[in-house]
Amino acid sequence: MKLFFTVNGERRDLELDTRTTLLDALREHLHLTGSKKGCDHGQCGACTVMVGGRRINACLTLAVMHQGDEITTIEGLGSPDKLHPMQAAFVKHDGYQCGYCTPGQICSSVAVLEEIKAGIPSHVTADLNARPGLTADEIRERMSGNICRCGAYSNIVDAITEVAEQQA
Amino acid sequence: MKPFTYERATSPAEAAAAAARRPGAKFIAGGTNLLDLMKLQIETPAHLIDVNGLALDKLEPTPEGGLRIGALVRNTDLAADQRVRRDYGVLSRALLAGASGQLRNKATTAGNLLQRTRCPYFYDTNQPCNKRQPGSGCSALGGFSRQLAVVGHSEACIATNPSDMAVALRALDAVVETVKPDGTTRGIPIAEFHRLPGDTPHIETALEPGEFITAVTLPPPAGGRHVYRKVRDRASYAFALVSVAAVVQRDGTGRVALGGVAHRPWRVEAAEAEVPRGARAAMAAILANARPTHENAFKVTLAERALHAVLAEARG
Ligand SMILES: Cc1cc2nc3c(=O)[nH]c(=O)nc-3n(C[C@H](O)[C@H](O)[C@H](O)COP(=O)(O)OP(=O)(O)OC[C@H]3O[C@@H](n4cnc5c(N)ncnc54)[C@H](O)[C@@H]3O)c2cc1C
Ligand code: SF4
Ligand code: FES
Ligand code: FES
Repeated sequence: MKLFFTVNGERRDLELDTRTTLLDALREHLHLTGSKKGCDHGQCGACTVMVGGRRINACLTLAVMHQGDEITTIEGLGSPDKLHPMQAAFVKHDGYQCGYCTPGQICSSVAVLEEIKAGIPSHVTADLNARPGLTADEIRERMSGNICRCGAYSNIVDAITEVAEQQA
Repeated sequence: MKPFTYERATSPAEAAAAAARRPGAKFIAGGTNLLDLMKLQIETPAHLIDVNGLALDKLEPTPEGGLRIGALVRNTDLAADQRVRRDYGVLSRALLAGASGQLRNKATTAGNLLQRTRCPYFYDTNQPCNKRQPGSGCSALGGFSRQLAVVGHSEACIATNPSDMAVALRALDAVVETVKPDGTTRGIPIAEFHRLPGDTPHIETALEPGEFITAVTLPPPAGGRHVYRKVRDRASYAFALVSVAAVVQRDGTGRVALGGVAHRPWRVEAAEAEVPRGARAAMAAILANARPTHENAFKVTLAERALHAVLAEARG
């Protein structure tokens, strides 16, 4: 099936089997291998990308369902010589060991800060009718869909907290 | 995945008609449950009808003073809506207790209602399972049943419904609006929407073949304190062992629905007269017919204690 979408600002035309997930389209067809395949079942978050500004698991959606959509992957957030502030903070705080979960962690954390800014509540938000705060508890809960086998969690929270404070 | 053809629906009625025309067709919304199951070949649709383009992503007030939730409203947006947070807090809380931020951004109201069980044998295609393969037997009966049902189950199936959202909708007396392939519409009260397993655990809802969900309607706000308490093996990102959705009024009366204990959200209206007398009396009535396995008998105690905590929170 023929389709197109925009990836990191560039229009991409593809012809794909209907079974192709968005993750496989990005990795195998567009060779954007930053997004990782951990579980392929929505359980680990390694495949997290932004579609229309919202984070999703690219492994649990079909490429054909994204005709015309705007997709941002880790490659679109920053580059080695021009790091996104979140990427720089992960480097500074050692927010990884093997690095496999890291692109997903970074895409997710950028979105998490947007979600808090937009006032979207979470499971740990005490008052549903108040704006959620930028606390470590909020960050941990909102990042629970990103698993890190190396257990870099506390440094990840430090990195996100620093970027949150810079933005505040 | 098995190969399938794909089309984008143009209207709800057309989606329903298309589903009835094509044998083996399925709707796809967020895809977070269906694609998971298709990868494991537990679901093998020959044709997918993508309903994401239908403009069913709005929340609007009803003439009666309630709220109409479009079938495609994403779980994140439903939980974050100011009216839901203010007037139907138990629904926001239930949604936020489920899945992850990424999944809630995709998951839809209708898809969440129709998500399938997490019984481990349903997922293991090497094992008999009456729900996956009618007539093959139930592996869970003599197997690993810690997560499974304690009430309302049958010899054919002891699976639970995994949805958090559905438990809150049950406490709120929601109505599921649909359109059938012949174009007629109806409203199905949530109490009648999910079925008990009986002899046909593969038939999970009151929906007819091809019937398409257009919206879920909430009656006018019931007031009271809204609490959702979910007990699970991890603090986040895990399915419920037991959950309690409650709407409790100042005078101590209230409604209580349970998740994680049955094939559908479990609510016994006749038992709610006991709520003012406390958790022990209320849970004894709500789970009067419980028949747990030796592995999940703890859920009966857990449900009572969870309700105790919920009633304390509602009073506080
Ligand atoms: C790792 C993981 C953890 C999770 N944890 C939780 C949790 O803790 N609590 C919880 O409640 N859920 C949890 N979920 C499940 C999640 O909530 C569901 O996958 C999601 O709600 C399904 O919605 P969807 O729109 O993606 O459905 P889809 O996958 O698109 O569809 C599901 C079913 O609904 C049908 N359907 C969709 N729309 C319609 C319609 N309008 N009319 C008729 N039929 C329709 C489809 O044909 C399909 O059979 C988890 C999922 C994953 C992968
Ligand atoms: S409990 Fe139900 S879903 Fe689980 S194995 Fe038995 S029949 Fe299948
Ligand atoms: S690869 Fe998508 S969530 Fe694990
Ligand atoms: S850094 Fe290795 S999995 Fe997270």
